Amino acid sequence: MIAEIGLAALWLAAALAVLQMVSGAFALRSAEGEANPLAIYARPAAVMQALLAGLAFTMLVWAFAVTDLSVKLVAANSHSMKPMIYKLTGTWGNHEGSMLLWVGVLALSGGLIALFERRLPERTMSAALAVQGFVALGFYAFLLLSSNPFERLPVPAIEGSGLNPLLQDIGLAFHPPTLYAGYVGLSVAFSLAMGALLTREVNPTFARVMRPWVLGAWVLLTFGITAGSYWAYYELGWGGWWFWDPVENASLMPWLAATALLHSVAVLAARDALRTWTIMLGVLAFSMSMLGTFLVRSGVLTSVHAFAVDPERGAFILGLLALNIGGAFTIFALRAGAVAEGKRFSFSSREGALVFNNVMLSAILAIVLLGTLYPLLTEAFDVRVSVGPPYFNPASAMFAIPMFLVMAVGPLLRWKEDSPRRIRFEVLLLAAILIGVIGLVSFFGQFALLPLLGLGLAAALGVAAFLPLRGRKLTRVPVATWGMVMAHFGIAVSLFGMASEGAFTQERLAAVAPGGSDQVGEFTFTLQSVNPVAGPNWTAIEARIAVSRDGGTPVILTPQARNFWSPAQSTSESALLTRWDGQLYAVIGNQAADGRWQIRMWWKPFVTFIWYGGLLIALGGVLAIIGRVRVDMKRRKAVSLGDERRADLEALGTAPVPAE
Amino acid sequence: MIRVLLTFLAALIALPLSAQDTMPPAPYAYNQLDDPALEAQATALMHTLRCLKCQSQSIADSDAPMAGDMRHQVRSRILAGESPEEIRAWLVARYGDYVSYTPTVSSSTWPLFAIPALLILIVAAVLLRRLGRRRVDAGDAS
Repeated sequence: MIAEIGLAALWLAAALAVLQMVSGAFALRSAEGEANPLAIYARPAAVMQALLAGLAFTMLVWAFAVTDLSVKLVAANSHSMKPMIYKLTGTWGNHEGSMLLWVGVLALSGGLIALFERRLPERTMSAALAVQGFVALGFYAFLLLSSNPFERLPVPAIEGSGLNPLLQDIGLAFHPPTLYAGYVGLSVAFSLAMGALLTREVNPTFARVMRPWVLGAWVLLTFGITAGSYWAYYELGWGGWWFWDPVENASLMPWLAATALLHSVAVLAARDALRTWTIMLGVLAFSMSMLGTFLVRSGVLTSVHAFAVDPERGAFILGLLALNIGGAFTIFALRAGAVAEGKRFSFSSREGALVFNNVMLSAILAIVLLGTLYPLLTEAFDVRVSVGPPYFNPASAMFAIPMFLVMAVGPLLRWKEDSPRRIRFEVLLLAAILIGVIGLVSFFGQFALLPLLGLGLAAALGVAAFLPLRGRKLTRVPVATWGMVMAHFGIAVSLFGMASEGAFTQERLAAVAPGGSDQVGEFTFTLQSVNPVAGPNWTAIEARIAVSRDGGTPVILTPQARNFWSPAQSTSESALLTRWDGQLYAVIGNQAADGRWQIRMWWKPFVTFIWYGGLLIALGGVLAIIGRVRVDMKRRKAVSLGDERRADLEALGTAPVPAE
Repeated sequence: MIRVLLTFLAALIALPLSAQDTMPPAPYAYNQLDDPALEAQATALMHTLRCLKCQSQSIADSDAPMAGDMRHQVRSRILAGESPEEIRAWLVARYGDYVSYTPTVSSSTWPLFAIPALLILIVAAVLLRRLGRRRVDAGDAS
């Protein structure tokens, strides 16, 4: 029964998406102020659709929780012996479930704007809801026609085949939902942008409505990428934290577009400039979300040829992608001329700096896109090309370095027009820090160019992040400004972590007999013993390694090499010793023929700053949302208070005198 | 308690199995060279070679037996005095361009270099158009 309720809810939600689309479209055809009898359904349809999609998703979670093995998806991806938490998270650890989550979040965000957003003109809102309905409908069709999560087996399976052990990790509980919510949050930005474009209402009000969605999506993407990077770092067992893997790039590209978008929206809201630019970035950001979904979900990454053999799903998403993006850019091309560009500004102004950096972000996005898609393209012609870190790092740095330099001084500039001479003290200070740090570091050792530049830039950016606060009364600085300061500081912190890891990591790979010792950096480690251990669905060998720094008190680390039995697969569980100035990363490998054990140890100075920085960036975004929403609430209150007063005055002035 | 014992038993049975599916790795697969300078050369090279059996990992990031063998090749050849580029050429001759992450300009990879160069031009053009003209406008207005 569970599966059938879920399926029925999904079909009903799809039907409501049609209603939402049609009703929104009718509202668009009627003139402003005139009520179309069909137009009133868009909002309720969006809300009901959110409830139904939520119900469908809950039903699937339930099926996983009770391990209903008559449902094909559960049988293929779960196992009755799995711990409860991984049964639940397994719901979205597979294709169908994750697409249902995608659609669920899409419907939820559509329902939220339908329910709460009252600032925009009703026609713009209806157009946005129609676009939202259109996008949702495509994905409902995808789920129902080619990846039904509720499909039953003719004969229930006796036991499930389990979940990929790499995914049996608490990281999975949060990573995909946050990323998906981020991806899908951008769909609202997309719908609003299309709505505003269709009704020619691209103005600061629209930007203020769009901003919390862009910020929210961006915060979630930042958080998701940070969590994903840390997860790969500790789970894959070799200390790498970013591989330029297509799946990682699939989440990085929407982030880059969203970062550009949120700065552009800020300019539109504050200065009424960059109108077409904002719309274009809105379309671009969601296009990248959809492209990311396509890359991850179509199977095109494992092999282009596998995709060609069974192209149904991939072709479906590709079709949706072409339809949505193609449609959006067509409307954009037809309407962009009707939207004036907005207020003007000079190069040396805050807008100028933001435009510069948006162009740089777009260029980095283009590099990542090229490096991700090019190997897929050549593979289709049977030429295999590897594009990896040696390509991505320098190619993206080419644009990232000028971007960081402008980012350091941009927030110090005034809106519209400013003279660079006014901030020459700050510029000289930052240049001195940059050159000083690079000089100092290269004095002490030989390092690669990029980590060296990274260290210098991180120091300069770290100071620059706080310069906008100079000469201001700290208690009166708006919350949103604190958000910006924190996010920019987070970039510096993260950059410092990356550069430091690249420059100073020390590695020790050794075969150690039980009782034997070795060294990495300032640490001495002793392999005390190696024992078998067992978990709920795995067995492992666990090493006890005593680690002491500079002869201090030893700490025990227990890395494991795990063997899962359903499905059969082995993983390394690294052991981490976190200190304020870095992390010691220990892995136990195989036993050599002579009885010694392979131990891998890394001392990675300040590597944790990469993720602390990511968290600071996300937190900065949260502060910005809080600040903006609070200001909006105040403004709304003031406006309604003013309206009331005006109405009162009018009532007093022209009220007809009662006849009696 | 019985379940715990059973799992332990299963663990013991599973141990030799897991030992069997990996041949004893070559000596330099998991061990560093003694000379830090040579090891640094080897590590730098290994980070730019693709593990052919993994998804987007270099041979310096992988547990796959084949990556171990390739690490052994790299380290022992460095020790024998070969230069990193000679080793890369040898591996490319053996496994094809696919094994090297460091792209070289060739008939199949030139767009990877041409497009970024084009991108720089586009970026410059966009910036000049969007930001350069404003100054002229401002000048006209004043």
